[in-house]
Amino acid sequence: MSTSRKWYIPYVSPYDPCPPLGPISYETPVQLYLGFQPQGMEQFSPFEALAHGTLWPGLFTPYTNPYLSKRGELNTDG
Amino acid sequence: MWYYEKKLQYPVRVGICNPRMAKFLIEQYGGADGELAAALRYLNQRYTIPSRVMGLLNDIGTEEFAHLEMIATMVYKLTKDATPEQLKEAGLGEHYVDHGKSVYYHNAAGQKFDMGVQSKGDPIADLYEDIAAEEKARSTYQWIINISDDPQINDSLGFLREREIVHSQRFREAVELLKEEQSKKRVF
Amino acid sequence: MDEPTQVPDSYYSDLKALQAVDFTLVELTLYLDTHPNDLEALKQFNSTAKKSAELRDGFEARYGPLRQFGHSLSAYPWQWKDTPWPWQV
Ligand SMILES: [Fe+2]
Repeated sequence: MSTSRKWYIPYVSPYDPCPPLGPISYETPVQLYLGFQPQGMEQFSPFEALAHGTLWPGLFTPYTNPYLSKRGELNTDG
Repeated sequence: MWYYEKKLQYPVRVGICNPRMAKFLIEQYGGADGELAAALRYLNQRYTIPSRVMGLLNDIGTEEFAHLEMIATMVYKLTKDATPEQLKEAGLGEHYVDHGKSVYYHNAAGQKFDMGVQSKGDPIADLYEDIAAEEKARSTYQWIINISDDPQINDSLGFLREREIVHSQRFREAVELLKEEQSKKRVF
Repeated sequence: MDEPTQVPDSYYSDLKALQAVDFTLVELTLYLDTHPNDLEALKQFNSTAKKSAELRDGFEARYGPLRQFGHSLSAYPWQWKDTPWPWQV
């Protein structure tokens, strides 16, 4: 299973006017990896599908504010 | 033709009386990567796209209007009970002076909706642009979620963001269908 | 001035039940647009459409017409124009 959020650390200059914000994230949701959707993928119930915004758990990529999550675990190319 | 259905696609609840959110949400109403631009783009492109994917453009274009209505509902609910003073504090003073409490097709920075929605008439160019449009709309939803303090609005925005993911997936599949060799074309 | 009457609480749960089934139909429609030969999905689409029609009939009997231009029936007097509209509830 692929991760849907990646991080990198931008270069920090000693002359930057503001303190560095730290690692920066970007999203890599599931449609980047799935390819042509295979037949017969597992489905949500109708109510669950509405709540998730898709009928298929395999197409669901949740999102939360990255500024609220901890920035410790890095998957970075620096 | 189109028929209206007297219901939203997804329940919209606004939990916090914060008219400032309306100013941010309007980006998805009349912004370059918003729902109106998407709807008009796909419905315009459908005429000259290969038959195989005409239906998809038609249907995604139609769904975008349901999303436009959800955004308008949020904006309407956030501003309908605000006093002019509160609108001014929310950064909507200029909006109020020009448009009263009407929703209006402009972006968060107050720029009028640009009717120059691109369509190239080249199936691959158009579909790649559509994929990009979906990814841009997805990012706009992320930026609004990051700046919002209303969990109920964020719930609706989360739904809309996931719809962009599904639309992007379908447009990617449309490209694959158009790439298929004619000889290997599936039997109908 | 009379305040317009509000919808009962049941309106919201009944509406959500319909929205859930109709959302499945939206998803299956887009899916079938790119997977026209998936017979299982097609069967599911047709049976879900029947389920949606049943739910819609029940909803309209309680709260008034949902569809425009003759796709829903109206009691007397003409109900289509009645509030609340979707952006008001
Ligand atoms: Fe979309």
